[in-house]
Amino acid sequence: MSEVALKTPTETQSGNLLDVQEIRAQFPILGEIVHENTLAYLDNGASSQKPIAVTETLERYYATQHANVHRGVHELSDRATEAYESARKTACKFVNANRTEEIIFVRGTTEGLNLVAESYGRWKLQPGDEILVSEMEHHSNIVPWQLIAERTGSIVRMIPMNDNGEIIQEDYLNLLNDKTQIVAITYVANSLGTVNPIKEMVRMAHDAGAVVVVDAAQAAPHISIDVVDLDCDFLALSGHKMYAPTGIGILYGKGELLEAMPPYQGGGEMIRRVSFEGSTYADIPHRFEAGTPNIADAVGFGAACQFMWDIGIDEIATHEKELLDYVHKCADRYEDIRIYGNAKHKAGVFAFTLDKVHAHDLGTVLDRQGVAIRVGHHCAMPVMKHFNVAATARASFAVYNTYDEIDRMFEAINFARELFG
Amino acid sequence: MMDDLKALYQEVIIDHSRNPRNFGALESANCSAEGVNPLCGDELTLQCWLDGNDVIQDVKFVGQGCAISIASASIMTEMLKGLKKSEAESLFEDFRARVTGLDEFRSADIGKLEVLSGVREFPTRVKCATLPWHTAIAAINRSEEQVTTE
Repeated sequence: MSEVALKTPTETQSGNLLDVQEIRAQFPILGEIVHENTLAYLDNGASSQKPIAVTETLERYYATQHANVHRGVHELSDRATEAYESARKTACKFVNANRTEEIIFVRGTTEGLNLVAESYGRWKLQPGDEILVSEMEHHSNIVPWQLIAERTGSIVRMIPMNDNGEIIQEDYLNLLNDKTQIVAITYVANSLGTVNPIKEMVRMAHDAGAVVVVDAAQAAPHISIDVVDLDCDFLALSGHKMYAPTGIGILYGKGELLEAMPPYQGGGEMIRRVSFEGSTYADIPHRFEAGTPNIADAVGFGAACQFMWDIGIDEIATHEKELLDYVHKCADRYEDIRIYGNAKHKAGVFAFTLDKVHAHDLGTVLDRQGVAIRVGHHCAMPVMKHFNVAATARASFAVYNTYDEIDRMFEAINFARELFG
Repeated sequence: MMDDLKALYQEVIIDHSRNPRNFGALESANCSAEGVNPLCGDELTLQCWLDGNDVIQDVKFVGQGCAISIASASIMTEMLKGLKKSEAESLFEDFRARVTGLDEFRSADIGKLEVLSGVREFPTRVKCATLPWHTAIAAINRSEEQVTTE
């Protein structure tokens, strides 16, 4: 191990009342030994770890509640339906929606965005119509729009960002016109950490007569989401980035839009009556939930919301902000660290490159010291192109991360420097 | 653990990644191929002059990637020159067996490529080492398709 260049300064000790050690105890995986080191998990932007509260909920569900939902006349089906619909109520509260029917369970953000593109997009888009997508989007908020644009003859236009990784609002305003039907923007950029001014951007889009689809995958773990305040038309998020199981997420849509939209997938559950002369469809949200849903993980999603509320979303955000400030402060001491994403308002993500060490090599060297980060293009190739870089390294934080883990990351970076010296 | 890293990133590897040999365009090329690793964005273009007897007379590459992929490409180009197409293909099989740890029952002499054998301890990085080879094999077989690790 190289010399320890950084000691945790006392002034950086967490000022809030979060008991991080107590929280860490709820995540058994954080005690795993990786290549002879205790795990320092800094890849939460890719997927967070799961607290016991969530895994025990899954176990309890399968042990005492499982059957198919909305179908059986028997007790277990009642229990499963109750658990599933109760999770929907929790999810509704999590994004502060007005009505539970406005919450559709999906596999994750990607499916939520594809659902809007397929159903709303195919219904509304005419040849020549425009879809605005920001330069900092994850591929899952670019490609569904390209696919639907191709089929409807509409056009995808890029809203550019500046070198700090912020959407250029003047350009956005200029791009909006009466052909703009849809604006697709991320709440928090996964590759940069930028928090976008969604509320203002929604207002501007509405003034132009467009609907706004928000990718909240990276926002959900860090920010208290309020769809009523934002006034967005659709918002999608993934459970697995916010302590819930994989394979579950939600799509929020304004009731009057969802009610008017054609189905996304056909199957059981989403119908009212089927005959070979034609079928009629169920009311929302079931119209958009064809087939047996992911009941257990939806119930786990509810437990994850409760886990976050128990700590307090503002408390989580404050803790992560302190970690982010600390990591920036540490990085400032090195001239060979280049940071990507210097937006004024940032959450959860520290993206960087180290001169002379390619991000992949850095990722490997860190992994051998137990430090898990993400390296690569982060499914945001236009962002990589903007900064003229093939790959970056990204540390992303969750409620259980500590200053010590950040110190360990910088120690590991020091070792990489030596190795490639 | 650190020994694994030191075995992977030997001085030779660092040197080849910093100062890749046969880096640039090949004027006399009569075949070429592109290789990409979509997961990490590594990409390289390899050009080759294959004579009438299927002997690799010259080979060069351009591209960008991690230390492993650039060093692997650099060392590979040094090894390929003068080899017949079939010899190149068989060397790749031996190399691939060595870096994937599937060479338990073969002990082929892979010469200078031995320096990359540390990759076997890093399964996620094997593709970095083999991408240049897949690209070279595609080039000498005049395959039109872009080579991808996925």
